[in-house]
Amino acid sequence: MKYLSEYRDPELAQRYLREIEKTVTRPWTIMEVCGGQTHSLVKNGILNLLPPEVNMVHGPGCPVCVTPLNLIDKAVYLAEEKDVILCSYGDMLRVPGSEKSLLEAKANGADIRILYSPLEAVKIAQENPDREVVFFAVGFETTAPANALSVVHAQRLGLDNYAILASHVLVPPAIEALLSDEECLVEGFLAAGHVCTIMGLEEYFPLVDRFGVPIVVTGFEPVDILQGILMVVQQLERGEAKLENQYARMVREGGNPKARETIYEVFDITDRMWRGMDVIPQSGYGVCQAYQKFDAQRKFSVDIPEAPENASCIAGDIMKGLKKPFHCPNFGTHCKPENPLGAPMVSSEGACAAYYHFSDRIHQIEKQSA
Amino acid sequence: MCLAIPGKIKSIESQFDGLVRMAKVSFGGIIKEASLEMVPQAKEEDYVLVHVGVAISVVDEEEAKRTFRYLEEMGEVADELNINDFLPDKEEYSD
Ligand code: SF4
Repeated sequence: MKYLSEYRDPELAQRYLREIEKTVTRPWTIMEVCGGQTHSLVKNGILNLLPPEVNMVHGPGCPVCVTPLNLIDKAVYLAEEKDVILCSYGDMLRVPGSEKSLLEAKANGADIRILYSPLEAVKIAQENPDREVVFFAVGFETTAPANALSVVHAQRLGLDNYAILASHVLVPPAIEALLSDEECLVEGFLAAGHVCTIMGLEEYFPLVDRFGVPIVVTGFEPVDILQGILMVVQQLERGEAKLENQYARMVREGGNPKARETIYEVFDITDRMWRGMDVIPQSGYGVCQAYQKFDAQRKFSVDIPEAPENASCIAGDIMKGLKKPFHCPNFGTHCKPENPLGAPMVSSEGACAAYYHFSDRIHQIEKQSA
Repeated sequence: MCLAIPGKIKSIESQFDGLVRMAKVSFGGIIKEASLEMVPQAKEEDYVLVHVGVAISVVDEEEAKRTFRYLEEMGEVADELNINDFLPDKEEYSD
């Protein structure tokens, strides 16, 4: 076993597809929460293969897409005005801010570095004692332990030239906000497997009970996603609403307690603005009081007003599952990956970019939306 | 961005007087470093799920096979599915 290629087996995928076809008797709208799942669904052509009754809509689980414009502006400000070494995950660089992206700031000479891991940023701080280093700590629950760990490492090393610009978001409050919206069409969810690796299942039981929707914690490979869809469809057809775990090879019921301990060591739960959606109460992490000297916003007294979003971008409606990228008048015209108007066109996990890159693989959706 | 992939632990080394455990993890032959602080129970030869340089879960082998058995357990004709077809240890890549 390699725990990877086996879950890409085309023959097994076909068998799951046939089972979904056999099971489904009427239309259902199912949301995959995580952008990684959106990418996998589109890239592997699964949207084309699903029976027309299964309408997949694409949720807000792409950190690049939901990080507010204001945070991008703050990152640009730190890099340009405060002369810090601004370290970031690569996906964030092309996200448009109100004036410019980090990539444009970098082209103008700001010291912006793309890293794979926040732990590398701590090393950079260690090696450059005369410079300030800021890591742009975005992400969902999956990424929070690593980002928090970088702060713990910096503390252990006694570094005072390291800080993070935190923009952390949480999945369950977002699902709750979506389901509380009267317009919501979503009847079942594939929950994000990697998020639950950390958090476990506990937070999802109340959502299943309160809203009566099936939620299946699901992995990312084609066979995982098809099994997840089958499990949701089976529940919907039977009129059930349960929490199930398709991804048990990675997700324990109790999640990863050590990782949560590290998160709560460094972060507090706070209200958080979601790009394209609005402020969702108690939906993010901020650096807690005890670690405030590692909080870049406090350290550099960054105070930049909120800028308005591009009004013609319908990213919010897409992430709520109300619309598809093809419904946006800018899609592929004014808005392309090289020149994105909104964040979902930037990251390959954003629904717009996924549809754009793999448009040859989504004929069915094109027909549906025509 | 939430991409996390499983790899096999090849070796473990302690840093900061055993406070931090770092591993060399093989992803289909490509070796990368990962922190094992979130998975204190992980040992050499285990498969771990690694995200942005930090291992966040140890793969559960038994559970991993359930995806291949699920359809069968649902009551399909057993003949139609030979589980071994889906548990290839044909080395697609070496680690
Ligand atoms: S195509 Fe561009 S403008 Fe339209 S919703 Fe997507 S990101 Fe926004």
